[in-house]
Amino acid sequence: MPLTLLGLLEREPSHGYDLKRDYDAYFGRGKQLPFGQVYATLGRLARDGKVTAGDAEPGEGPDRKRYAITKVGRAEVDSWLAEPVEPEPHLQTVLFAKVTLALMLGKPAESYLTAQRAAHMRRMQELTRLKRAGGLVDVLLADHGLFHLEADLRWIDTTSARLTELRTLVNREDSSR
Amino acid sequence: MNTPDVPRDGGPERVAPPPGAYRIVGGGVLRGNNHLVEARDVRKSFGQTLALRGATVAAAQGEILAIMGPSGSGKSTLLHCLAGIFRPDSGEVWFERTRLDVRSEAERTRLRRTAFGFVFQFGQLVPELTVADNVALPLLLNRADRKSAYAAAATWLDRLGLSGKGKRRTGELSGGEAQRVAVARALALQPKVIFADEPTGSLDTLTGEKVMDLLTGLAREQGSTVVLITHDARVAAYADRVVMVRDGIVSADLGAAASPAKAIPL
Repeated sequence: MPLTLLGLLEREPSHGYDLKRDYDAYFGRGKQLPFGQVYATLGRLARDGKVTAGDAEPGEGPDRKRYAITKVGRAEVDSWLAEPVEPEPHLQTVLFAKVTLALMLGKPAESYLTAQRAAHMRRMQELTRLKRAGGLVDVLLADHGLFHLEADLRWIDTTSARLTELRTLVNREDSSR
Repeated sequence: MNTPDVPRDGGPERVAPPPGAYRIVGGGVLRGNNHLVEARDVRKSFGQTLALRGATVAAAQGEILAIMGPSGSGKSTLLHCLAGIFRPDSGEVWFERTRLDVRSEAERTRLRRTAFGFVFQFGQLVPELTVADNVALPLLLNRADRKSAYAAAATWLDRLGLSGKGKRRTGELSGGEAQRVAVARALALQPKVIFADEPTGSLDTLTGEKVMDLLTGLAREQGSTVVLITHDARVAAYADRVVMVRDGIVSADLGAAASPAKAIPL
């Protein structure tokens, strides 16, 4: 979540409220991010030099500061986006966030997906080797991993085929904010 | 292929490029030159349809290479070009450091019969013949004597778990058994390259696994290179290296698995 918020800040400096609204819209999937968690995260990011907080602006609400990403923060978002996720089952949430953010920021989402595909494929090769050398318990455990990784790969392939459509959607929604 | 200094049917060009000469050519990457079989910047059309538009890929001696891609990506056309079944419109196909694409139809047919084995999705066994006849057939076509051809067929059928099925007609076999006969037929020749096009495409998961275990295990044992076409990631995971084909080019080399592997997580 901290890196996703940081990535959202790379578009433009924002208030915590706007960040929460965008996070909920794109990544919340029906589960809203508590305000407290947003501000606590922004506080930690500021402490670590990844964002800067402007002076409090007049108005209602818990925090009227505008946050901006720093050079350190941008570098962290770049390296996070480019690094494949550990190829374990159930990574869709992180990968979805990466792809969506990459499209928002005009970064090469396709090459991130290719890197992820390679990481998944290598893990599947490893599991297949272990399965061939192992006993029945190993076979069953490897099968579980292989089927989940295969499902992820199919999601990666389909998302890759839909990138143009997704880019249009993300950019349209972003420009109408 | 109309390169002026290469005779179309005048025998293979014998001079291979120097080591380290390979680079990005068209769509794909060549990594060295210990390749047994390779395609360089191959283009192939069927009428108005451009199936390959500069595909480059290579497999080393003894390597199991999987070529993955969605339907219509050109992966089967690439396999057919590598195996000398199709002749590319342009680009080059090499086998054992000689040009394959410039050889005559008769020479390519002879090569396919002696150095290559094939496994296709639906086995493509000869239905009029028995199981043993099917496995012995390529050996007989290579002028092996009848006794040794049938002895070799029996050995391979045994290794593929088909002992006692030699006298059956292929129509009496299950899909998995028929595919194992096709693997036996491909391996019996002890070919330098086995080309497998969706070898498990018509099989259920467990039967497909058994076929892949046997195909890759026995090919490794005898040092055959395998070029495997599949759209199934679990099948591709049997390979040493996986490349992706998209829109008629090799769009990504997904690399090889690191060894040793990490433990299996729960």
